Amino acid sequence: MSERHVIDPITRIEGHLRVEIEVENGHVKDAWSSGTLWRGFEVFLKGRDPRDAWFITQRVCGVCTEVHALASVKCVEDAIGIKIPDNARLIRNLIHGAQYLHDHIVHFYHLHALDWVDVVSALKADPKKTSELANSVNPNAPKSGPGDFKVTQDKLKKFVNAGQLGPLTNGYWGHPAYKLPPEANLMAVSHYLDALALQSRVARLHAIFGAKNPHIQTYLVGGVTCVNDLNADRIGEFIGILEETKSFVDNVYIPDILAVAPFYLEWAGIGGGLKNYLSYGMFPQKGGEEPGNLWFPRGYIKNRDLTQVYPVDVSKIEEEVTHSWYKYAKDAPLHPSVGETDPWYTGI
Amino acid sequence: MCRVKKEYSLKTVEDRLGILESLDRREFLNFCAKITATLGLASAFIPKVAKAIEQGARKPSVIWLHFAECTADSEAFIRSTYPSTEELLLNILSVDYHETLMAASGEAAEGALKSAMAENKGKYLAVCEGAIPMATPPGPAGVPGGYLTLAGKTGIELAREVLKDAAAVICVGTCSSFGGVQAQRPNPTGAVGVEEATGIATLKIPGCPHNVINSVATIVNYLLLGSLPATDKHGRPLFAFGKRVHDQCQRRAHFDAGQFVEKFGDEAAKQGWCLYKVGCKGPQTYHNCPLVEYNDGCSWPVKGGHPCAGCSEPQFWDNMQPFYERLPDIHLPGVEASADKVGFTLVGGAAVGVAAHAAYTFANRKKFDGTLKDE
Repeated sequence: MSERHVIDPITRIEGHLRVEIEVENGHVKDAWSSGTLWRGFEVFLKGRDPRDAWFITQRVCGVCTEVHALASVKCVEDAIGIKIPDNARLIRNLIHGAQYLHDHIVHFYHLHALDWVDVVSALKADPKKTSELANSVNPNAPKSGPGDFKVTQDKLKKFVNAGQLGPLTNGYWGHPAYKLPPEANLMAVSHYLDALALQSRVARLHAIFGAKNPHIQTYLVGGVTCVNDLNADRIGEFIGILEETKSFVDNVYIPDILAVAPFYLEWAGIGGGLKNYLSYGMFPQKGGEEPGNLWFPRGYIKNRDLTQVYPVDVSKIEEEVTHSWYKYAKDAPLHPSVGETDPWYTGI
Repeated sequence: MCRVKKEYSLKTVEDRLGILESLDRREFLNFCAKITATLGLASAFIPKVAKAIEQGARKPSVIWLHFAECTADSEAFIRSTYPSTEELLLNILSVDYHETLMAASGEAAEGALKSAMAENKGKYLAVCEGAIPMATPPGPAGVPGGYLTLAGKTGIELAREVLKDAAAVICVGTCSSFGGVQAQRPNPTGAVGVEEATGIATLKIPGCPHNVINSVATIVNYLLLGSLPATDKHGRPLFAFGKRVHDQCQRRAHFDAGQFVEKFGDEAAKQGWCLYKVGCKGPQTYHNCPLVEYNDGCSWPVKGGHPCAGCSEPQFWDNMQPFYERLPDIHLPGVEASADKVGFTLVGGAAVGVAAHAAYTFANRKKFDGTLKDE
């Protein structure tokens, strides 16, 4: 006997997502996911000045900001055969690298953690034992004394006792799917708050050479505009925040993953899709041509085997609309360069 | 400028607490002074602003709705420094519904929305992010507004339901304010701003995305005075949108002196001269970017050498494009000449009223040697 459940909205993501699941004997048997917003970027990009394209496509996402801008600006440069100055290459690599850092931290702590961390359980934790746990995971753990965790716990108590749970309202607190002991929960809550303050600083890495974050505004077809920011003050601040972030990743983020993972090992085998993955590569190095000079290689990998990266033949990429709210003039997949964008809504 | 905090290098808890507490209080009061100034209030208001932020009573309920958007305005909001995002979320506001931050999903999320609306009827602040698509998608299931659905409702249905019982509606970002990126020609989804879609008056804090200092200042204004700040004809608070970017710009002196970047990467760009000729829309844009900057006063586009795109103006995606082409003749106050002519005049040699083609020649000189002089 199976039951159909709808989860809409899926929260802590960018965008609007609906998931329907079929559950049989307590297990998900089948699932359907739908993005429930369409804005039409492919339509309104047409006819615009190509120099403006990156500015528009960056607005695809404000969480993974910058990445769509970079893809677009590189695309226009490739089309007209522009080679950017070496300083521009370096600045773009720094901005793009900063995006990796910011996105991973926010994704793990602020978007994902509440699926693994029972915030209410943290109220029952012993701060002294939490400190012992933190130090056993990482002897160099910062802010890991009993007093540190007591401060977090007191904040949390004050917040809960005030009776307005805000973003924690109707959470799944106490559900048996939460596996962490109270001390691990308190440690994670503490780091959720630390990361909330830190991500604001990491975003400043974008503002230094990108003028602002989200949605940087110093890219340009042909390079970058931030020539006045190439000075010791700006570079010094960039290095300082970068070191601060690296310290957090090394001493808090990675140890947290290692501390939480053993409690959720059964999840390690779930997901992964077809186990084949594609990347266009990133971080061009000095000299040479792409893709040969890319630090993060371009290609695809088969069956999760990272040892071998196969070259991609982009002419073989196809888009198809069988399971999408689009229609094509002919019922056949198309290469993106000749793709059609005709919405056709058949309902959820 | 170079404020690198080394929080993690302090050895003992006592050291850290002692230093951070005093630092935090001092920085907190600095923040209050900044917000007070941003709001255009006298410095006597600083203690009141501090008190409004620290208020102990019931926190105002905030219901934050996402429509057709990219979440950059939520991301911008969590970049707040003083007060910190933690302060905002734990102690200043009760953010009862916010899809990017909340723990609950699906029915539990809908339940949180329902109870926040019921418990705070007529008292909650509705914050809107994103435009509302009004067109009907083609296809058998197409209904008006069907380009966006949330929990089975269209965006416009949800907006009407939630906004009617709000104490005030605040639009963050250009999308909820005026339709934004998806509303540009040919506006395939019929996207419009929240006020236009619902007929309910909204306060608008545009920007792509908005600057968190402006949303926080608006909230402080609300906590302090129980009302929203005074606005211009577009519904934008005057404290943030009362002056042109051009009039507050750090590069304004170069405009007045006729010192322009002619193309990106030239010597003038290295000198930090005016970006008007390479497309800056500052002369037509009302926003406080030059004054408050972004990411805790770090930078803003013109400081980063890039033209202002006019992102706080209604329909800027259509009206300010192409972004790298100059605006048509912009006149200086009290001076009847275009930028070309002013520049030409000020560097000496040429008489006022130089022929247009001469000005054009000036703007397109073969080689630029870093100084402006008559050829």
